[in-house]
Amino acid sequence: MTLQPLLSWLENTGVGTAVRESAVLFPWFESVHVLAIAVVVGTIAVVDLRLLNLTFRERPVSELMSQVLPFTRWAFVVAAITGIAMFAAQATSYMDKTPFVVKLLLLFIAGVNIAGFHFITARDMHTWDVGPTLPARVKFAGATSLALWVVIVTCGRWIGFV
Amino acid sequence: MSLQLFCDWLAATPASLLFQTTSWVVPAVQTVHILSIAVVISAALLVHLNTLGLAMRSYSSAALAARFLPGLWWAVGVLLVSGSILVIAEPARSLPKGIFQLKMSLLIVAIALTLLYQLPMRKQPAHWQTTPARRMNARAIAILSLIIWCCIVFAGRWIAYVF
Repeated sequence: MTLQPLLSWLENTGVGTAVRESAVLFPWFESVHVLAIAVVVGTIAVVDLRLLNLTFRERPVSELMSQVLPFTRWAFVVAAITGIAMFAAQATSYMDKTPFVVKLLLLFIAGVNIAGFHFITARDMHTWDVGPTLPARVKFAGATSLALWVVIVTCGRWIGFV
Repeated sequence: MSLQLFCDWLAATPASLLFQTTSWVVPAVQTVHILSIAVVISAALLVHLNTLGLAMRSYSSAALAARFLPGLWWAVGVLLVSGSILVIAEPARSLPKGIFQLKMSLLIVAIALTLLYQLPMRKQPAHWQTTPARRMNARAIAILSLIIWCCIVFAGRWIAYVF
């Protein structure tokens, strides 16, 4: 199976063609993409630091997550839409760039980490929600997330240099 | 000395030549720059939307300011250093451009607004809640700050596209 038909189809969609042929659409999408990533990474870092027991220690983990993660989710949706629009313009050549492919893989792993946290690690959250200490696996999830997002941003910036 | 001559002089300094010839410097420093932008934008977003009653409603604005603003200032420091390295690496890419000069002017306004918001809270944490007029002022600072930080990010990205 090859991705090529899907990539060619993406490039020929209205969005792909418009972004490729316009002089201003790509920078506009890119600006919104950067802004959305700033919100995704910064807000998720607040939650990750809480999971590492380094901030907001006097307040429950669940309280912080419920009030911060909605911003992360909405910003991620915006980052994904603008990212797909830019990808559609040059799908084939992006898939040839190592940092882009690594970024996609790490995004997938970040998703697995989030799912693992919500469905496995956080099942007994009531026992550690208010601290004062947090299980090692909770800290591990926070540290993993923080590291993944730093590398994801790094890969994203490197796409423009290869 | 004209700006053009200054750019030429800066681009010929040993530091600039080192950054130009070491291929990973610019992308690595841009990455640090973007990660610091994430800290500033998210701190400003949560602090100011909280003032507007739109974020982290069970936390007091004094608690959020104490928690997030020190991080914002550290990140601004890292942004100034990483941004300076990017300017030194390629002075003509940024210094002469109107969009870069606009970004720096907006940055001064954003820093002034953040200080205007933060400093009174040092004497009295609940400063912005004590009178209806102060509440209105805090909201005005919040809206203006968020708009200006967004414009700064946009202007920054457009430096690469404007000639």
